Amino acid sequence: MSRMSFVEATRQALAAEMRRDGRIFVLGEDLGRGGVFQQYRGLQAEFGPARVVDTPISESAIMGVAVGAAMCGARPVVEMRYLDFTLCAVDELVNQAAKLRYMLGGQARVPMVVRQPIGLWANCAAQHSQSLEAWWVHVPGLVVLCPGDPADAGPMLAAAIRADDPVVLLEYKELFPVEGEVGDPTLPAEIGRARLVRPGSDLTLVAWGGSVREAAGAAELLAARGISAEVIDLRSLWPWDSAAVLASVARTGHLLVAQEATEVAGFGAEIAALVAEETGARVARIGAPRTPIPFSPALEAAYRVDAARIAARAAAFLARHR
Amino acid sequence: MATQIGRERLLAHFRTMARIRAFEETAERLYNEKRIPGFVHLSSGQEAIPAGVCANLAAEDRLTSTHRGHGHTIARGGDIQAMMLELFGRQGGSCGGKGGSMHIADMRIGMLGANGVVAAGLPIAVGAAHAAKLAGEPRVVACFFGDGAVNRGPFLESLNWAAVHRLPVLFVCEDNRWSATTPTRLTTAGPGIAARAEALGVPACAVDGNDVAAVDYLAGELVASVRAGGGPRLLLAATYRWSGHTSADAGAYRDPAEVARAKTDDPLRRAARALGGLGVAAEELAAIESDVAAELAHAVQLAERAPFPDPAALYTDVQDIGAPTARVPA
Repeated sequence: MSRMSFVEATRQALAAEMRRDGRIFVLGEDLGRGGVFQQYRGLQAEFGPARVVDTPISESAIMGVAVGAAMCGARPVVEMRYLDFTLCAVDELVNQAAKLRYMLGGQARVPMVVRQPIGLWANCAAQHSQSLEAWWVHVPGLVVLCPGDPADAGPMLAAAIRADDPVVLLEYKELFPVEGEVGDPTLPAEIGRARLVRPGSDLTLVAWGGSVREAAGAAELLAARGISAEVIDLRSLWPWDSAAVLASVARTGHLLVAQEATEVAGFGAEIAALVAEETGARVARIGAPRTPIPFSPALEAAYRVDAARIAARAAAFLARHR
Repeated sequence: MATQIGRERLLAHFRTMARIRAFEETAERLYNEKRIPGFVHLSSGQEAIPAGVCANLAAEDRLTSTHRGHGHTIARGGDIQAMMLELFGRQGGSCGGKGGSMHIADMRIGMLGANGVVAAGLPIAVGAAHAAKLAGEPRVVACFFGDGAVNRGPFLESLNWAAVHRLPVLFVCEDNRWSATTPTRLTTAGPGIAARAEALGVPACAVDGNDVAAVDYLAGELVASVRAGGGPRLLLAATYRWSGHTSADAGAYRDPAEVARAKTDDPLRRAARALGGLGVAAEELAAIESDVAAELAHAVQLAERAPFPDPAALYTDVQDIGAPTARVPA
């Protein structure tokens, strides 16, 4: 174990994969300068501009070229810069990457990774801050990963690269500089397994990505009020570890899903619905209001699903149903 | 031009075009008789372009196609029986019955797929070429698209990308003058498709797309320069779409005189006339057409009797990780 930032762990994992497999290449904007979050610092110097490609600002082509390359034996890693810019390449991701294997009756596979820095960061407002994970989970064919801890950042990227499916890798921007105890960042993770962040007995709190820290903070606040919350970091949104969540809720009897994304039709609704169907347990969710993401720090603070809001929602939920 | 490519090559083109024409006429009839599900987009009248271009591709080369893609697959040597099974949605179809007419692909011959989205094949073709260049493989990618596609963003993004990286792509624009049911000229500004390509750094050549010998000859030169590392080229082939946009579209919005005039410029009859001039007997061409008709009749007969896919196939080939399962009722 060593102390390492989330972004450094991803950088080391990518470099190790590229050393291992010459078919891997990275394509996106400004990668030669390290990328917006320095995820690619030093990689063009090591691997050259043919494997760390500085692309034009052409998201459709970035995604579509990756699709064609992946069908023909390459292992592309796409950098979308911000999740929001993926919306310029939705045809290529949703109509092509996700469906080609199926539409072609299994003749081709599309092994590619689409890295999408996600979530609130530095007051970037409505077009650089969204959490649209539910969009991708809704699309058959895609795997959707969302690490919530520096220890998972490298292993999940390595696992995404080794997968033969198109994988959307959602990396919370606010987590990039966060340091933590990291094992071997180049060791691929097992996809589809949740992580127990904190055990508890009164309530199961499920979160992913940047909301994991907020959920853990909420559990602290709830403990001070005598409420024991179990926190689960989902890590993988498709497939998601329903067994771990169901087992936890079987013990606690209550589920609250916390997400940074808009609450309406979010992925939390899917988790809540499945748990309610399978167990009859009380379920609730908390997410952002259905507004665009505002610029002003005062408005962003009002928008954000933070530890205090999650704790307040949990306490009110339990008070109503106990 | 016919003398330049020679009698045997022209005869082979005639056979390819006859197979495409017969396939399209068969598909149209099957649709009208409600024997196949879905819609088909027909390429009757446009046969010379795939025939002339694909004759210049080597075994290791690849191609992408459009929603109007039967001709590209046939010209590349695709399996007509598997294509027909796919139109019927049966087992043994090119895509196991999961794609249908709009998604026919055959990876064994480097055919990366028809595509239901206009211009979607362009970045995929460029990606195939990018992968070939990265791996040091000497492959050319032929990328077919229509005149309607030049008004979509991926056209600009793909040509620019291919030019920046000097990728081995031959872009082939089949200009059939119609963007679905709207004349392309009414929705397209500027000095034309070739000029657009040139402005994006891709040298363009125009050809009479109903003259298979001319298409073959020019495509041969362009493929050679692409293969030699000269970067992408664009072949702009003028033709006409005889049918409506889909099999459900009678094309009543078109001037019948325009359609009738276009049909007098039939690429198959032009090739037949040129072959006559080269001493090929009309009986030989009639024999080819009758062979092809028998091949199609046989394909239909087998396809119509073939089993549908097992319902369990609904769940296969979606993804390895997180593969879907049938939900067991509670």
